[in-house]
Amino acid sequence: MDTQTLIYIFVGLSFALYIGIAIWSRAGTTSEFYVAGGGVNPVVNGMATAADWMSAASFISMAGLIAFLGYDGSVYLMGWTGGYVLLALLLAPYLRKFGEFTVPDFIGTRYYSRTARVVAVICLIFISFTYIAGQMRGVGIVFSRFLDVPILWGVIIGMGIVFIYAVLGGMKGITYTQVAQYCVLIFAYMVPAFFISFLITGNPIPALGLGSEVNDGSGLYVLEKLDLVLTDLGFAAYTDGSKSTIDVFCITMALMVGTAGLPHVIVRFFTVPKASDARKSAGWALLFIALLYVTAGSVGAFASLNFIDTVNEQSYAEAPEWFTNWEANDLIAWRDKNDDGRMQYRPGDAFEGAPVFSESGEGASGERVLENAATDNENEVYVDRDIMVLANPEIANLPGWVIALVAAGGLAAALSTAAGLLLVISSSVSHDLLMKTFRPDITEKGELLAARIAATAAIVVAGYLGIYPPGWVAQVVAFAFGLAAASLFPAIFMGIFSMRMNREGAIAGMVTGLVFTFLYIAWFKLWAPAANVEANWLLGISPEGIGVVGMVINFAVATVVASLTKAPPANIRKLVDNIRVPRGAQKPHMH
Amino acid sequence: MDEPDRRDTEPFSEEQSPMRKAYWRANIRLLATLLSIWFAASFGAGILFRDFLDQFSIGGYPLGFWFAQQGAIYVFLALILIYVVAMHRIERKFDVDDDDG
Repeated sequence: MDTQTLIYIFVGLSFALYIGIAIWSRAGTTSEFYVAGGGVNPVVNGMATAADWMSAASFISMAGLIAFLGYDGSVYLMGWTGGYVLLALLLAPYLRKFGEFTVPDFIGTRYYSRTARVVAVICLIFISFTYIAGQMRGVGIVFSRFLDVPILWGVIIGMGIVFIYAVLGGMKGITYTQVAQYCVLIFAYMVPAFFISFLITGNPIPALGLGSEVNDGSGLYVLEKLDLVLTDLGFAAYTDGSKSTIDVFCITMALMVGTAGLPHVIVRFFTVPKASDARKSAGWALLFIALLYVTAGSVGAFASLNFIDTVNEQSYAEAPEWFTNWEANDLIAWRDKNDDGRMQYRPGDAFEGAPVFSESGEGASGERVLENAATDNENEVYVDRDIMVLANPEIANLPGWVIALVAAGGLAAALSTAAGLLLVISSSVSHDLLMKTFRPDITEKGELLAARIAATAAIVVAGYLGIYPPGWVAQVVAFAFGLAAASLFPAIFMGIFSMRMNREGAIAGMVTGLVFTFLYIAWFKLWAPAANVEANWLLGISPEGIGVVGMVINFAVATVVASLTKAPPANIRKLVDNIRVPRGAQKPHMH
Repeated sequence: MDEPDRRDTEPFSEEQSPMRKAYWRANIRLLATLLSIWFAASFGAGILFRDFLDQFSIGGYPLGFWFAQQGAIYVFLALILIYVVAMHRIERKFDVDDDDG
């Protein structure tokens, strides 16, 4: 059977499975829609959290980023796992004991204020939409490359699938589909990684393979060989970084704290039966996530080695099939600057900007002709970092079913995260804005209907962003983490650990943290991208890491304002006292 | 068991029983210990002291690089495991656990 048929079969089967689960687990009440009835086993929830968390970015982009960043790529590996320690120790058990439906629920109740609730909803919606646009784009890439459908149809099919299980099933449907999606995505990630690690080092476990010798008889360790190959071509050594220490520090911290403050992750811990289950569940989630994360570093390094091996100094006429396939999808380009018919891969950009292909004619070797102005360095190869994981099995010449598996895995990762995000968007609209703020007299049936309508609307907006990705989408993923770190995390943390924190302090803190971080990122990423160089950064901290400063500002402003204003009322102090103690957790109550 | 500190002048302390306060202090102490290790393994070994640690190696990995790309993740997992066990013990000791029956 050819690879294309296998891809259709694998993707088709996985979609049928998700829809089957969705029909089996339809939600009938708001409690089921928002938190799956609050009775999810901690191991199951851990697995669902892992799928929820590992997005198209983790599955498709991360190893590719690491392949090109080397040591600097560690910020993602540590940043996107270390947040679970904060979640387990500082937030999850207490929020579960609190026992409501959403993150704004906690902030609105703890700070006895509709304003605080609405500020939290705004943060949440902004964070979630930024994030979801990237997922839909991931779906589009996989579809257009592997299923030969235009991105438009790819996104529409993806929207249809998510619609079925998120709108019908709510959190209950999402939870059980995410379990299935986790299994698909981890299997799809590990199988090619085992193969490639075994091919290069003879050790099938990728995390150990990266620490082993290359089995080409040279006696060099993988990382030694990689450093050698890269420095020979003029790149920085793989095990050295080029970012400054303070920047690496701040980015890692912003990603960690941001992870702990992401609403779609937090809300998963509302679904387990009791507070002690929330911490167990966070442990399971990290275990399931770690399987992929300790592998990703190795996948990145092997991909880098394989890529240079197969591409550099290769003549274009004999380029491997995957190279021309990705070139046809605009994600690889080659410009023969020295007219030798061979591809030189060197540091620097091969030409200015993203590739713009001319519609007419071919180059001397049959390559697609570029309209971009050439740069005057020696590099001739443009490669989009996002393709490394998807192209890896092809680069390593693995069998067709492995490639099909990776296509299904990439879709599972993107769809599971998209569904989780849609759910927090819809519940914050129907529950926090409608039921708790503007229409408190709404019936449960009405609220459930509103949640479904909100989810549908959110899917349409997300799909639109996926089909017509505004230029800023790729630029602003830093927003999601930075804003979560600077706004939601401090408000929740102080709500639990400080008795004295009051309405005025929390709102002032959230607003200043949010505004500062937003302006800093927007300035360097959107309004003045030319100024986005280290010399202009505050304390040498890039926009990716600035959320940490926003967080510090939030804590400082909140503490000062709270000390100057009235202490919270007695019933709030009782509430805090109550959530600090695990005993007596209720199932989220019906309305 | 630690003697609850009755000189504590924390506001609103009148609402908390001495047992509750001792429980919360034990919790904070555990959190402080675990978060110090969390910080040391990731920000310490993986970032601040990476260059120093890179002179040692573990297999083909320079040690600092290993912490940044793998070691820290193993430490995170161990920390949550220890927290689950230790916190449960604290809660039972102060009789605030949520075990069934």
